[in-house]
Amino acid sequence: MDHSKTEAAWSASSARKRSAAIVVRMGGSSNGDRVYRWVTTGFALFIPILLLLIAAEVFVAGWPALSKFGIGFFTGTEWDPVNGRFGAAPALFGTIVSSLLALILATPLAVGVAIFLSEFAPRWIRRPVAFLVDLLAAIPSVVYGLWGILVLVPVLREHVMPFFKETLRLGNLPLFSGPSYGPSMLAAACILAIMVLPYISAVSREVLMAVPRSQREAALALGATRWEMIWDAVLPFARSGIIGGVILGLGRALGETMAVTMVIGNRHAISASLFAPGYTMASVIANEFSEATNDLHVSALMAVGAALFLVTVLVNVIARWLVWRTARGGA
Amino acid sequence: MGSAAIERDVEREFEREFERDVATASASIAMTREGAGVGALACLAVESLDAYFGAARVVRGVTFDVRAGEVTAIIGPSGCGKSTLLRCLNRMHETVPTARVEGEVRFEGRDIYASAVSAIGVRRHIGMVFQRPTPFPTMSIRDNVAAGLKIVPRGERPDRRATGEIVERALRRAALWDEVKDRLNGSAVALSGGQQQRLCIARALATSPTMLLLDEPTASLDPISTQRVEELVYELRDQVTIVIVTHNMQQAARISDRTAFMLSGELVEYGPTNAMFTTPSDARTEAYITGRFG
Amino acid sequence: MSLARRRAINVVMITLTYVAAIIATLPLLFILLHLLRQGATAVNWNFFTRMPAPTGESGGGMANAIVGTGIIVLLASALGLPVGIGAGLFLAENRRARLATIVRFLSDVLNGLPSIVLGIFAWQLVVRPFKHFSALAGGLALGAMMIPLVTRATEEMIRLVPVSMREAALALGYSKWRASLSVVLRTALPGIVTGALMAVARIAGETAPLIFTAFGNQFWSVSPTQPIAALPLQIYTYAISPYDDWHAQAWAGALVLLGFVLVISLAARFATRSRFGLGGD
Repeated sequence: MDHSKTEAAWSASSARKRSAAIVVRMGGSSNGDRVYRWVTTGFALFIPILLLLIAAEVFVAGWPALSKFGIGFFTGTEWDPVNGRFGAAPALFGTIVSSLLALILATPLAVGVAIFLSEFAPRWIRRPVAFLVDLLAAIPSVVYGLWGILVLVPVLREHVMPFFKETLRLGNLPLFSGPSYGPSMLAAACILAIMVLPYISAVSREVLMAVPRSQREAALALGATRWEMIWDAVLPFARSGIIGGVILGLGRALGETMAVTMVIGNRHAISASLFAPGYTMASVIANEFSEATNDLHVSALMAVGAALFLVTVLVNVIARWLVWRTARGGA
Repeated sequence: MGSAAIERDVEREFEREFERDVATASASIAMTREGAGVGALACLAVESLDAYFGAARVVRGVTFDVRAGEVTAIIGPSGCGKSTLLRCLNRMHETVPTARVEGEVRFEGRDIYASAVSAIGVRRHIGMVFQRPTPFPTMSIRDNVAAGLKIVPRGERPDRRATGEIVERALRRAALWDEVKDRLNGSAVALSGGQQQRLCIARALATSPTMLLLDEPTASLDPISTQRVEELVYELRDQVTIVIVTHNMQQAARISDRTAFMLSGELVEYGPTNAMFTTPSDARTEAYITGRFG
Repeated sequence: MSLARRRAINVVMITLTYVAAIIATLPLLFILLHLLRQGATAVNWNFFTRMPAPTGESGGGMANAIVGTGIIVLLASALGLPVGIGAGLFLAENRRARLATIVRFLSDVLNGLPSIVLGIFAWQLVVRPFKHFSALAGGLALGAMMIPLVTRATEEMIRLVPVSMREAALALGYSKWRASLSVVLRTALPGIVTGALMAVARIAGETAPLIFTAFGNQFWSVSPTQPIAALPLQIYTYAISPYDDWHAQAWAGALVLLGFVLVISLAARFATRSRFGLGGD
């Protein structure tokens, strides 16, 4: 009995209050809404501001070196901190070559795996294999580097490189010439290929699965073999998406630091040989920054960082545009 | 005095106390309604209401009134604007981007679209239950029912004991108490569809709204749950004024006192349910009711 | 081309894709096996409780590095989580606004930045003016990495919450901000936590940005304003050293790090099953 009284009493008193309240503009809540909107907008704006700040800091810090050497900073091959001469061409060269090599190695494999998974794999194999390939992306870079430096490089030095030089007698070719101590462009390319594979594979897989059944069925109905169907009907459709995935992989390869710096040999040198050590933009920063002797050295490294910033942003934007374009239909 | 006489006295005393309590409770309810300015007749009056989605006018010049203590049904074919009209009554229509309302809706004598009136205040007096049950998945059954109480201004918020009583009363009114009284702390999402919808009704009732808007509440329920909800609506009508949108004519005929028929955004006919279904005055109404379209 | 030749090509190419699949999964298995073999022997109680031993001596551990990583991750989360969740809420609730499109795009750009660029940024902003390395600087770099990951996870999870949930709250009289926080965000929270965990797994393994921000520390330190050890940093230092014992420790560290990263990634992925079962009939 008490229950109904308490409840009814509350109902009665609050109903009267509420009746009056209905007329009053609830200042509290619309204030709350305004604050909420400001706070979330503020957090959202943090991102563009942060990006601008990063660009500004890096470019401002690199400016002294850039203004001193001008375009010669990127064309000069001599990197001599002691005498104050900085030419980043070897680092640029190394970045481009190692990344391109990695893509050459990884792309056929990645697309092959993607085709395997989307066309041929029996159902029970699909998930485990896809999972394993994607897992490659979760392994930290330094673990790759550790494996690279303690396993891959010795294998290259003791088996692969002698194989090319002596067994195949290719040692006179510029591609395989010179001393082969192990840390090399080849080692970097191999590790980068492994690291980049899951990204190309994942994008290719998605793109291939998005090709409509009608395309495949039309080809098969015309009497094509499975492979011909893939080559002539499916791949063209998925082409720009796959290219987008490759460029995405390129973006990652360009910025990859630890694994590369542990196996590339860290030498400012441009060489035609796969077996020679070299440098990349990312690894030169990682390797030399802590020990940068003077302000100009630091500035030079910052300038390299600025260049890396620009290049990776550009490549990523192109990659996403390509993938987005496929999503809207057709190669 | 003999023991039988004592027993009789005690019984009579209990009866009197019970009656007194009922009287107090009813008086409170009556006081509630009077205090809120509810007369015997119009509870809500709609005048020349237009509702837009961007440039598209979905509700055209609707004028009618809803009487207190009654169940008013709104029927019509898909796309006729009945749900939109309903949502205009508690200012939910404007939560959609590009939505716009013109005209007047007078609730308890005040235009709810006046600039001095807060939409939130309106919604605390006019509750709504949607087509698909929407219990809050992260809250227990008890917390779901009490969800509307947490946002009442600090000074008026009921304490723990009062909240518990309100929750129990709401669940009883929604005919759900017996089924969930032992698991009030359990997940609301574990209930069946019909139970979830009754939970949503209890949640809407917990804030003691003067009016309850039901937007096709049984559309996603099985026949048995539908029947229970209909019984519920029928029982609640003298405590809460109810407006129900339904695509099911028979449902409207079963439980409503007055019915409004809408077609292409216009209110074609509005009147006592019996009259509307037996002797509709408009040809279009007759066509719809006899199943020629819709 | 004759039918026989076409058939032959068909078989060859299909076989090649099978081969590709095998070759693609081999490195992972190789690395994992090696890691297990080399690391398992060196992972012992000492590893988790001892400090690094002096150069060349054996019997040390990585206790300070493990704790250091934990601290840096906490600092990074202090930046990454609020910004990420706030930005995610903004993007989810203002989907088509021009600002939202821009922010979403720039978030992707931020995501694609090499971590070393974030490292030099943090160095320039925090280490250079204060003239010493610190855990805070490392936290800044890693926090910046976390932001796009948490933002995307938040936006996606909030968009998964049915509109009817928000409407039910509004119809009860909730103000817009309350409906967003108490109902929608609360419902999406498990998924957001999952996304945050995956972001943590990603940044916990990062080394490059820490080389000249957190810098590493041979001794025990938990202060945010001092250089601090971190597991990936320690692995790197030991890996490039000439000492076999340190190599063994590096393997152990790599095993622990990989184990941690994998366990979190798997748990997070496993937990993101459908979360909004509204019960059935």
